[in-house]
Amino acid sequence: MIEVDHLVKLYGAERAVNDISFEVKQGEVLGFLGPNGAGKSTTMKTITCYLPPTEGTVRVDGRDVRTDGLEVRRRIGYLPEHTPLYTDMVVRDYLAFMARMRGVDPGDVRDRIRDMAARCGLESVLHKQIDTLSKGFRQRVGLAQAMIHNPPILILDEPTTGLDPNQIVEIRELIRSIGQEKTVILSTHILPEVQASCDRVLIIHRGNLVADGTPGELQAGYQGAQTVHIRVDADARAVWQVLAPLEGVEVAHQEQDAEGWTHCVVSTREKADLRPELFRLAVENGWTLAELYRDEADLEDVFRQLTSN
Amino acid sequence: MKLTWRTFSVNSPRTDMHLTWILTKRELGAYFDSPAAYVVLSVFLLFTGWFFANPLFLENTASLRSVFDLIPFIYLFFVPAVTMSTFAEERRAGTLELLLTLPIRDWQVIAGKLLAVVIFLGVGLAATLLYPLSLSLMGDLDLGQTVGGYAGLLLLGTTCGAIGMFASSLTRNQIVAFIIGFGIIFVLFLLDKVTVFAPGWLAGVLEYLGTDFHARNMMRGVIDSRDVLYYVSVTFFATLLTAYSLSRRPE
Repeated sequence: MIEVDHLVKLYGAERAVNDISFEVKQGEVLGFLGPNGAGKSTTMKTITCYLPPTEGTVRVDGRDVRTDGLEVRRRIGYLPEHTPLYTDMVVRDYLAFMARMRGVDPGDVRDRIRDMAARCGLESVLHKQIDTLSKGFRQRVGLAQAMIHNPPILILDEPTTGLDPNQIVEIRELIRSIGQEKTVILSTHILPEVQASCDRVLIIHRGNLVADGTPGELQAGYQGAQTVHIRVDADARAVWQVLAPLEGVEVAHQEQDAEGWTHCVVSTREKADLRPELFRLAVENGWTLAELYRDEADLEDVFRQLTSN
Repeated sequence: MKLTWRTFSVNSPRTDMHLTWILTKRELGAYFDSPAAYVVLSVFLLFTGWFFANPLFLENTASLRSVFDLIPFIYLFFVPAVTMSTFAEERRAGTLELLLTLPIRDWQVIAGKLLAVVIFLGVGLAATLLYPLSLSLMGDLDLGQTVGGYAGLLLLGTTCGAIGMFASSLTRNQIVAFIIGFGIIFVLFLLDKVTVFAPGWLAGVLEYLGTDFHARNMMRGVIDSRDVLYYVSVTFFATLLTAYSLSRRPE
């Protein structure tokens, strides 16, 4: 659906996007992840035909953004960063204006607005002026205008920034429901968001593509040291004597709390799961096991590893 | 050849004009929804009304002369005030990005906005039609001069509007846009008034380049193609510059 091939974008001498290539298939929800200023927005702006690529090609549905910009734009619903809106307009008029500009048949405009209002929860504010709305409602107006012409592709630049946790959950659910039928690219620097709503993740750092895969793949591929926590009702010294001799295992931390439980953090460089072995040892030594769990390397670790330095 | 609405495809020029008109309607809505528009129009009518009524009652002359002479002066401030927000405000608010990623060409955006400016100026001029109307009831009105004068003023307004929009496309600050627009329009307004200081060959050129000169020609009741051509070409040139400025898409 979207093919980005060796895309380079220069702002003066600065390389905002440095030779990025990727493809988005129909029906996929793709998350752009990266620190601020990594080139996420710039890449999106070239796909939406706002900025021309310096080098490389971008194709949407087989059409080049350089030569066939109008056709590309007809297929895209776009929510730019910071959700710009005509704040002096009433929500209904604004949606009607955007629908007409995006080529919705005049006879269908009313129905489309009703649909979008129901979908984005805007019924109660349709008659209100946009600058009186809360951030969460503005964001929904932004999403509604992007979807009003029922485009096959949605491009959302940081759709959840500035929202409170409840609103974030609502918008995320909305995006997930949209993602079932449309191709979506969304950018964010909030990691749980990607895990919650995306089929695939691209991590961009300083204009370069540093990772590409499903959230699961990225987590699996970048797992480093594995850490297991265990809490038993034994003396710290006794626990140490059992755990220390284990091969390839390091006792990173050990302490006995006031109630007599010994908490022990055990780590290994290997991929093997330590938990069955620790459970067996606990049984063997007659310890009562209160806790036994593994620290998962989450996307946050992956992200930090890829984008640090 | 019989063509119905249905025969036009999505890409037809007619749909293009249609999109331009939708944009124009939104712009007009934005103008007339804000109290500022009514304040500006009222001040416009107050000034022109004063300059119409004064000579009428004091000098007993049934003429639009003084009104027609005044309006280019008012336009120096009035037009940049109307156009200063056209692109600067959209750029500041970020809506320019939204607008330019709609399936619409840049020139349609410019045309739609310019058309709204012209209609707004036209509304101001239309309100002053009360003066010639009352004159025609009281005395002899020179119809040729009146029609020529209004046509000249509308063309002058269009040209100044295009220049003001260019100024607005250069910045995200409305005040800066106003000052740049005023500066350019003021210089063009002055050109035919400094001819006494210029050598003969240059005087003719300066006179032709001055915006006010052509409107005053038309106020005499002569609609000359050279005057119309002047306004059309300056408007076109300013629009080209605006298109270039927009195509550079600075942040």
